[in-house]
Amino acid sequence: MQLDATSLVPLYQQISDELVTGILTGEYPEASQVPSTTQLAREEQLNPATVLKGMNQLVDAGLLEKRRGVGMFVATGAVAAVKRRRRQEFITVQLQQLIADARALDISEEELVQGIEEGYDNARD
Amino acid sequence: MRAIKLSHLRKSYGHKQVLTDVNLEFEAGKIYALLGRNGVGKSTLLKIIANQILKSGGSVSLDGEELQDNERLLNDVYLMGPQTLWAPDRNVKWIFNITKQFYGGFDDEYAAHLVKVFRLDTKKRLAQLSTGYKTIAKLIVALCVPSEFVLLDEPVLGLDAPNRELFYDELLATYGKRPRTFVIATHLIEEIATLVEEVTVIADGQVLLADTAEHIAASAHTITGPAQKVVEFTAGTTPLQTHHRGAVTTISTLANLDGREVPAGVTVKTLPLQQLFIALTAGGQDDE
Repeated sequence: MQLDATSLVPLYQQISDELVTGILTGEYPEASQVPSTTQLAREEQLNPATVLKGMNQLVDAGLLEKRRGVGMFVATGAVAAVKRRRRQEFITVQLQQLIADARALDISEEELVQGIEEGYDNARD
Repeated sequence: MRAIKLSHLRKSYGHKQVLTDVNLEFEAGKIYALLGRNGVGKSTLLKIIANQILKSGGSVSLDGEELQDNERLLNDVYLMGPQTLWAPDRNVKWIFNITKQFYGGFDDEYAAHLVKVFRLDTKKRLAQLSTGYKTIAKLIVALCVPSEFVLLDEPVLGLDAPNRELFYDELLATYGKRPRTFVIATHLIEEIATLVEEVTVIADGQVLLADTAEHIAASAHTITGPAQKVVEFTAGTTPLQTHHRGAVTTISTLANLDGREVPAGVTVKTLPLQQLFIALTAGGQDDE
């Protein structure tokens, strides 16, 4: 995991984001067990309460399931749910940022659209 | 909830007042950082809790009962400090055994594991051990006693970087298995910043700051940018330190900035615990 203590994003949120990325990339497939609080705490040298808070966010969001006495597992349907969440984030955050950056550089809407189309063409090759 | 509670704790050596009015709590099952400049009285405070020196006033209690000279309760408090209390001609094995008798328990299995990972020779006498290995021997004892409140005064003294990493790793492992209170007094703040749940800073004989690490991280900020904009953005907060470099001003502050819109040209970052500690205890303005 790549955690940044100087980021304005709280560490528990970073843990939660990293786990979500792991679910998306297939590092943690559905129904598989994710590392325990102590395991993650040791790997990242974090207080277990921080790790637990990050994990509990995902339990609340229905992405992780607690199995008493066993550990935490990726919920079925988690990948689709994460994609839905990230897709929405992409449209409302990253895309808006891209447009704002383009405008700051005086890149016109036409130029931007053209660039995007070219990018898609290249990706198809 | 069990807790060690200090109220209006005072300690003077002759005419010199070290602790003037300390009020704080160490709750069960949490890892604390106890921070303070050299000579501020961290060791004194820990020794008073462990009944190794007498306080001058105030109270130190556990479960609401006065801790001083209370042998039953003191069994639940273990202090590992820079001093070595055992005779130098004793070997490590003997130390493990005497601790077991004294504290009515000792995790032999875990001690054996720690001896192995740290490569400690338990047949060696204390006098034969290097500073680092003396620390390791003492750390193993501290991690294997049954006490619920473990006070670690300079726990990594003389340890090289790999052994320090190993210690932090083992601390989290044993804490995960058997959550208990650890109070860590150290100057290597950066190394324990994300490991602890609570932070206590002592200055001028009192508690200057006692808060959760999470809350501190959420409110400790540095704000950098053009002077005018930085001052406007931080209006209403108390700057801990102000630096000017050319037209660029940096203010560090301990304040909730949620909901304030960051103006263009201004950068807001989280102030790491060590930098916060310096800003808090070095104090004052540094206008140059």
